[in-house]
Amino acid sequence: MSTNTESTDVVVIGSGFGGAIAAYHLAAGGARVVVLERGPWLTADEFDHDFLLGKSFTRAFDFTIGDGMSVLSGNCVGGGSVVYFATMPRAPRFIFDRRGRLGRRMWPASITRETLDPWYDRVSAALPVTQQSWDRIPYGGGLWAATCHNAGRTANAAPSAVDVSLCTNCNWMYAGCKFDAKRSLLLNYLPGALECGAQIRPLHEVQHLSRTDGGGYRVHYRIVDEEDYRILHGAGTIDAKIVILAAGTAATPVILQRSEATLGLMPHAVGRYFSGNGERLNTVVYDEQKVREVLGLDRGDGVAYEAYQIGRGPVVATWDRLDGNLPEFERYSLEQLYFPPGLGTILAQVPGAAAPSWFGPSKKDLLRQWKSWLTIFTMSEDDNEGILGPPPQTGAATRFSQQMLGHNTLHYRATANTLRGWELSDADVRDIAERDGLAKVAPWTNDLVGAYTVHPLASCRIGDDPATSALDERHELRGHPGIFVTDGSAVPGALTVNPALTISALAERAMPGIVAAARDRGVAVTYQGDLPAGVATSRPKLLNA
Amino acid sequence: MLADLDASQVMTLEAFADTIIPGRKRSADDPAVAGVDDDPGAVEAGALELLSHPAGGLADSLFGLAALLNAHAQQYIAEHSLTADGTLPAFVALPFAHRLTLVARLTAVDHPEKAFWVGLALFANMAFDSAAHLSTPEALAAGHPGLTLMGYAHPDPDGVYRFPRFSYGRQLAQPHPGTTPEGNPA
Repeated sequence: MSTNTESTDVVVIGSGFGGAIAAYHLAAGGARVVVLERGPWLTADEFDHDFLLGKSFTRAFDFTIGDGMSVLSGNCVGGGSVVYFATMPRAPRFIFDRRGRLGRRMWPASITRETLDPWYDRVSAALPVTQQSWDRIPYGGGLWAATCHNAGRTANAAPSAVDVSLCTNCNWMYAGCKFDAKRSLLLNYLPGALECGAQIRPLHEVQHLSRTDGGGYRVHYRIVDEEDYRILHGAGTIDAKIVILAAGTAATPVILQRSEATLGLMPHAVGRYFSGNGERLNTVVYDEQKVREVLGLDRGDGVAYEAYQIGRGPVVATWDRLDGNLPEFERYSLEQLYFPPGLGTILAQVPGAAAPSWFGPSKKDLLRQWKSWLTIFTMSEDDNEGILGPPPQTGAATRFSQQMLGHNTLHYRATANTLRGWELSDADVRDIAERDGLAKVAPWTNDLVGAYTVHPLASCRIGDDPATSALDERHELRGHPGIFVTDGSAVPGALTVNPALTISALAERAMPGIVAAARDRGVAVTYQGDLPAGVATSRPKLLNA
Repeated sequence: MLADLDASQVMTLEAFADTIIPGRKRSADDPAVAGVDDDPGAVEAGALELLSHPAGGLADSLFGLAALLNAHAQQYIAEHSLTADGTLPAFVALPFAHRLTLVARLTAVDHPEKAFWVGLALFANMAFDSAAHLSTPEALAAGHPGLTLMGYAHPDPDGVYRFPRFSYGRQLAQPHPGTTPEGNPA
């Protein structure tokens, strides 16, 4: 199984936001960096508009079912940035004062919206993130805006990391953007890191860490079959002076749990306090005639809406409930969303029908109205009630299908706090969308695969309290100097908005400290503080240049 | 794998898929499909092809699942003192309303075998709503029942989706008054 161990300065585990940002700054500062990514390395020419099993839709991301919650996450070079919808708002300022069910500050005292804003600025410049103009908001976003306005609510076009001038509004961005309109990490931090000498190795799944005699770490990985991810090939090891763990919220703590036998006791918070970002989904089924009569909408071709399929994911949200004066657990945003067929449609329930209504004749009738659907996405404050159980034999989940589907070790039972937020938001969506008979609304069922999160957080979080945080405020793993965590697992809790910009800002903020720690451990590296130049295309010839 | 299943097993799994997304009968003699809808359902959409696809992960379990489903149906028939056609697999012999009730029971939160039946339902549904066993452009060109019923758009001739008309082109709500100059929540 074992091969000769190679050696480098830094191993970065995972190539999503947390990993790519770390890889860039460390490589730019002069460190030798190796990035190990469990998924394949795909670029724009390999992103398909195709649901067929084995196309990029199933190659690039994972859907893993836990006990009480299912998790969607990236599984490719670029991680979540390749498959996400690129909606990039900053977290509202009250988030940083959250106390959670434990009744104590969840975030490090040093982090507030004010102190994080400069780091938000950096990521926003690097990707880049831009404001969206109403004249290019797709139909679904426009419809949600008009629906909110009709109910006396405000609605915002959310900042986005999509270059709208290149976007075809194909709504296939979860399978990777074929047009490089989405400014994923394949277009900025990762080519920047490669330019500075970093190596990226796809299909390398890290299993555990051990210590080296020199005070560093040995990273143990297996090679994943490029077609059937259930099959692992050879094993290898790399020694490094520091390790950046950014394998994703559902994987980082699993690697640490599995490493407990070799590294020693892990902080209590590793694999605990998992948050699903308080996520909840409602299906809104519009009456096309009412859309025309009440909202005055017409696409210009005689059709009022019928455009669920058209667009670029979520673009418009109402932020009326993002009010710091409201009690904790009662604050949320309501964002319009397209959810592709295949994984979510089965969970949609029929408005007004007795449960279970996720299958059967009435569900088929609901599918007949699919073009008039809009999914409304609640992001609320959950209670960090998820716990990851003992790790599977390999990887972060027991893979069931050749790609994508598997079972994770998550145990999640929503507390009364979380349920209150969901009930309030369900009622709010109904109140907004059912006004004047515009639409009928029903939440997705949580009975089949549990609640559903596309934004897992907090399973290895930062904090000031060692009892409830796995990392110190510099993102270093407590009791294990030289191991840092910079992905979504480091975020202390739910954000009430899409989290990618906050994950990235935290990673940027951590970098000067991580570079200093690397230097202290003998790595010839300095913090340069510049940002990657960015490229126009993700094609491999440029990535490897 | 599909070829390895016998007619009774195929019929049983088809009846399950038809309970998830019901369809029209394929012929006058089609006991698996209850025929409660006028359009094709999950079975004609290719549920068995997807369930037996080697990439899916369920193919090796289909024999066992068919047997288990019929065992549950036998028990259900006895519980409810139903008279069933003994020449058919027990689940197929159930009237449609009873198929619905039994599937609801098997997929309920507290059922010990829930994961199996939810998995079977997930794939049956995927055959209909996304035709994951087929290339999407080809499925659409062939008039795939699920994608067609949902109104899923056809791609451009190169198999790629582009929607040149996509926006109402005007502001349709007022932004939150606390919005920052960069367009963020305060």
